[in-house]
Amino acid sequence: MEYEFHWNIVFQKMPELLSGAFVTLHVSVLAMLLGIVIAILLAIAKMNNSKPFCYVATVWVEIARNTPALFQIYMAYFGLGAFGIHLSPYVAVLSALVFINAGYLTETFRGGFQSIPSTQYSASKSLGMTSIQTYRYIILPQMLRRIYHPMTNQFVWSILMSSLGILVGMSELSGTTQRLQSLSFRTLEFFIVAAVMYFIITKLVLFGASLLSRRLFKGEI
Amino acid sequence: MISVQNVHKSFGDLEVLKGVSLDVPNGEVLSVIGGSGSGKSTLLYCINAIETINSGKILVDDVDVHSKDTNKDKLRQKLGMVFQHFNAFPHMTVLENAALAPRIVKKMSKEEAIEIAKKELEHVGLGDKFDVYPTRMSGGQQQRLAIARALAMKPDFMLLDEVTSALDPELVGEVLDTLRLLADEGMTMICVTHEMGFARDVSDRVAYFHQGVIAEIGEAKQVITEPQNPLTQKFLSKVR
Repeated sequence: MEYEFHWNIVFQKMPELLSGAFVTLHVSVLAMLLGIVIAILLAIAKMNNSKPFCYVATVWVEIARNTPALFQIYMAYFGLGAFGIHLSPYVAVLSALVFINAGYLTETFRGGFQSIPSTQYSASKSLGMTSIQTYRYIILPQMLRRIYHPMTNQFVWSILMSSLGILVGMSELSGTTQRLQSLSFRTLEFFIVAAVMYFIITKLVLFGASLLSRRLFKGEI
Repeated sequence: MISVQNVHKSFGDLEVLKGVSLDVPNGEVLSVIGGSGSGKSTLLYCINAIETINSGKILVDDVDVHSKDTNKDKLRQKLGMVFQHFNAFPHMTVLENAALAPRIVKKMSKEEAIEIAKKELEHVGLGDKFDVYPTRMSGGQQQRLAIARALAMKPDFMLLDEVTSALDPELVGEVLDTLRLLADEGMTMICVTHEMGFARDVSDRVAYFHQGVIAEIGEAKQVITEPQNPLTQKFLSKVR
């Protein structure tokens, strides 16, 4: 017997799917912004010679990059729950994504920073620029160009990874899809539509990022 | 005037400058020649305080370069420096490269800075390249940009660190011509160079560095064509 598609129910539930998609975007944007802030601090700590800071940063980066996202989300929700710290599904997923984003971005930032040749500093110095001017006009603009695409990738990654929220009952796009399909038994239809929505979201993000990069970076590198 | 007085400089255990003294009066072009590792580039870096020194003294217009009380950012405005590896700012156009420091360091208005930058770029023959990005230019053009960028700060002295060493042979000429132009205009310059012809024809004096000391210094033609010190003779016979 062939599978018969029934799309009506999916379209009826579209407002709920869209609000799920909004939560997906919401949690990813927040995870990205917080991840960037923490990654800047961790990257500075890692490049710093003071041992304790460097140690904390290294442990953070190693765990974040070498364990599954699934594990981080479980730890945030069930692991902390076992110690009496009960996070809502949203906060648990957000914390896990922030943890991972910060870990990956730390290495991106550190690499970007170290990829600027020391001769750029001597050239700036020789023109009488102060350290602050050197960073503001010479180092950071070049660094931003180099880390921009890895950052965009990380953002897309965290949009897709937020779908793991399904496991802790979060009502983002996947969680909502899961709930709706179990009520209607139109599993395939709901998940196809959800996949298309993920695709559209990430494509829009990438398109926006490339428009922005063309405005920001006029120079070559 | 730049006055270097018994300067010692070590990197770890390696002593690179072992008591160097020399005076460069205003308007003079001094070429510094010598083998690699002889300390000639290090001296330039010490003169504009990019490197520290271990002992001795360097005075630029009677200001003690390495004194704690000296504002080094301010001092460097007097000392234009051009490096072996161009060091153009790759994220800015040619014009922005040259106008940046006058605007943010000397606090000129944007119009003023652009005007000076344009003038200096035309000066070195890059009048048609204002809106080009440096990575799109040849090494010779990038090096002339670096010269114009330094000149836009209206320095009293120019320090040139092997500015033709990284260039393809056919591009060396255009950069040397630019330096010749500056010399003719009376710019005080210290040129670390491997171009013996340039040292002989353009500079007033030549100093030969050997293992961290000045083995010979004198009138340019004399040092290049009739060196007195056997070390200089040996070096020149190898590079010719």
